[in-house]
Amino acid sequence: MARVLAVDDSPSMRRMVSFTLRNAGHEVIEACDGEEAYELAAREQVELVLTDINMPRMDGVTLIAKLRALPQYRHTPILTLTTESGEAKKNEGRAAGATGWIVKPFHPEKLTEVVARLVG
Amino acid sequence: MSDDFSEFLDVFFEECAEGLDVMESGLLALDGGTPDGEAINTIFRAAHSIKGGAATFDFPRLADFTHTVEALLDRMRDGRRAVTRDAVDLLLAAVDALRGMVAASRAGEPLDEARAADLKRDLEAAMDAPAASAAGETAAPTPAVQDGAEPATGWRIRFVPAEEMLARGNDPLHILRALEELGRLEVRTDGAGLPALDALDTTRCHLGFDLTLHGTVSEVQVREVFAWVDGECELHVAPLDPAAASPPAAVGRDEPEPHAAHDPTTDPEAPVDTTATAEPPAAVPSAAPPALVPAPRAGPAVASAAAKPQAAPAPTGGGEAGSIRVGIEKVDGLINLVGELVITQSMLSSIAEGANGVDLEKLRDGVAQLVRNTRELQEMAMQIRMLPIATSFNRFPRLVRDLGARLGKQVELRIEGGGTELDKTVLEKIGDPLVHLVRNSMDHGIERPEQRRAAGKPDIGVLTLAARHEGGNIVIEVGDDGAGLDTARILAKARERGLVGVDEDLTEAQVHDLVFRAGFSTAEQVSDVSGRGVGMDVVRRNIQELGGAVTVTSAAGTGSTFTIRLPLTLAILDGQLVRVGAQIYILSLLSVVESVQVKPGLVSRVAGHTEVFALRGRYIPVVRLHRLFGIDADSARLEDGLLVVVEAAGRRVALFIDELLGQQQVVIKSLESNYRHVQGLSGATILGDGRVALILDVPRLIQRELAAGRGAALAAVDPAA
Repeated sequence: MARVLAVDDSPSMRRMVSFTLRNAGHEVIEACDGEEAYELAAREQVELVLTDINMPRMDGVTLIAKLRALPQYRHTPILTLTTESGEAKKNEGRAAGATGWIVKPFHPEKLTEVVARLVG
Repeated sequence: MSDDFSEFLDVFFEECAEGLDVMESGLLALDGGTPDGEAINTIFRAAHSIKGGAATFDFPRLADFTHTVEALLDRMRDGRRAVTRDAVDLLLAAVDALRGMVAASRAGEPLDEARAADLKRDLEAAMDAPAASAAGETAAPTPAVQDGAEPATGWRIRFVPAEEMLARGNDPLHILRALEELGRLEVRTDGAGLPALDALDTTRCHLGFDLTLHGTVSEVQVREVFAWVDGECELHVAPLDPAAASPPAAVGRDEPEPHAAHDPTTDPEAPVDTTATAEPPAAVPSAAPPALVPAPRAGPAVASAAAKPQAAPAPTGGGEAGSIRVGIEKVDGLINLVGELVITQSMLSSIAEGANGVDLEKLRDGVAQLVRNTRELQEMAMQIRMLPIATSFNRFPRLVRDLGARLGKQVELRIEGGGTELDKTVLEKIGDPLVHLVRNSMDHGIERPEQRRAAGKPDIGVLTLAARHEGGNIVIEVGDDGAGLDTARILAKARERGLVGVDEDLTEAQVHDLVFRAGFSTAEQVSDVSGRGVGMDVVRRNIQELGGAVTVTSAAGTGSTFTIRLPLTLAILDGQLVRVGAQIYILSLLSVVESVQVKPGLVSRVAGHTEVFALRGRYIPVVRLHRLFGIDADSARLEDGLLVVVEAAGRRVALFIDELLGQQQVVIKSLESNYRHVQGLSGATILGDGRVALILDVPRLIQRELAAGRGAALAAVDPAA
């Protein structure tokens, strides 16, 4: 089971993600924006990052670019949590180095499945 | 699990409320000057979060409406739509509508669909390119999904990752795993692209794959697996049994071009639409909610909203009052103190176990420490209920803006001391009186621009809301720089209504205080803003019910200031203990003016039954507590006991008691929740010796007494009569 970093400025979304993944046996660390996430990720290695795009202080796209610049995160799966209208953001996330995306609203089982595939 | 979910919902609803506040104050700030990008971005983010949450927690209408709001904000953000006052007004109206929708969703009641639809239309109209793109977004995917949705019995897939695919964390292995979940997978590796060993770069992918997938799987499902690596690989998908695939789909995809993966007819959303794997596309809308949220959890809220609005399920109920957000430092402090208390307690226990004479001193020290800790713990626990008054003040910028527009007045609102904290219960109850005072100041206080100009004042009036702590109380001021109270007119009106005798002389302060009398209004005409039957007397009564007081100071031409003084909390009271017979009663120390021993000659009767006594030329009605509560006093003769003069709203009565005891802080226990409401009592407390003492509701006692004895007649009575 993996250590996952969940990044979202919305506590309910964060808790939903954490709850789902913890139920699946993963360890989840939470951060409320890109800046906090970057600090956490730089301090301790995580095997998967799940991040929102729109956040105060540091957005998801910047976070991804900064993480990819760290040698220990060059190949770590990083997924964005995005909304159905976020086509442009989705591509922006990919351009910054995101592995893929999960669309909000997400299906808890789907999330577990995707995570299992990436870190299993 | 179900409890967990309702807990998520609570968090979500609170988040919505916060997000809407952020949007509102953000929009109000946009109003004045040139918009800055970050300001709009903040509003946008709040809307975006609400939308995401609404979709996740299965409130599709809320999500849909917020989507429209967000779309307009998006246009403002990137400059496609100008930030005009009209647009801001519209967005503010949308915020209001969202509040209503959130409240209805929380209560499990039906939403105001008509209002939402109207606003949605307006919002769409406010975008420069209305509806067109939005319609395209939702309409286009459907045929595309159907196109590739027909399942085949298997697929032949050629997959050659681009060399840099690994750099984004995508591993071909992940994709193979995903395909394996769809059916039986045969994998043949193509090593043709492998470089010589010395040229091998482990950060790059050099392998290709020829895959055969057996199983009843649609092409969309297969392509979904590759969605994340779209454009980063060479991909060909062909059915094992060519007859199963629709001919047009097969044509383009057999082309051996790397762009095959960019098939424009494939819906870009489809791979991530979680229902696409399990359900035919036509079932998407109905399948989504149960898929997202297992039925027993979301079911009741949705179903009852449609069927029985009144029978809302309990789990999400309880309203906003149910929870409170507090700073982490308060909780830390509390935990810390509990720790201290445990230590003290264990220390006391061990001393008590082997107690002898020497230990007595230690025991005393220990108890002293326990007392200290307990008091601190109590204070800290109270702290948790304390919230900054800004949570109440924050609604006023909007109110002042809207009201100013309606009254044709320009008003600048200044807020001071928003960080001043007070008990959540007091905070909730102070909202309405404050709204009334602010409306009153805007309606009657601040003049129209032309009147202000004529008086040599700037066009823009200033309304000040200020809060500060003052010795265990919170003081809130609502001040304006308007015309001030019209002393002559108030007096004339009071005389006309018989509130003041014709030849009675009142000081200016006494005249001003008349505005708090029932049925008193000086508005020339009843406006729809303040003169709606709710008078300042109600404001005063509400504040008194909170154990507070409201006064006004005013100067003609320069403005008025209403000052509210409130206890910081409703849970603790500085009490004066008094004894009547065997009973102990508690008076709020704030209400006690003085206590006097009476001489028989100073007491007289009015109208045969009301006793009054003269105190320095003023006549004060006497309330015999023993008679009021039907108990026995030591003596029924006033000169044997004491009279405690208490005051509320500037009016006094004297309570007849046997003895004045000590003063102490008491914890107020509700009578309503432990027993039932009793007239004249505001609560009870438990004294140090375990006895119950009742807390007197002084404002009510005074009101009752003056109503019964028609206290106005007192002034005319001669003490000797």
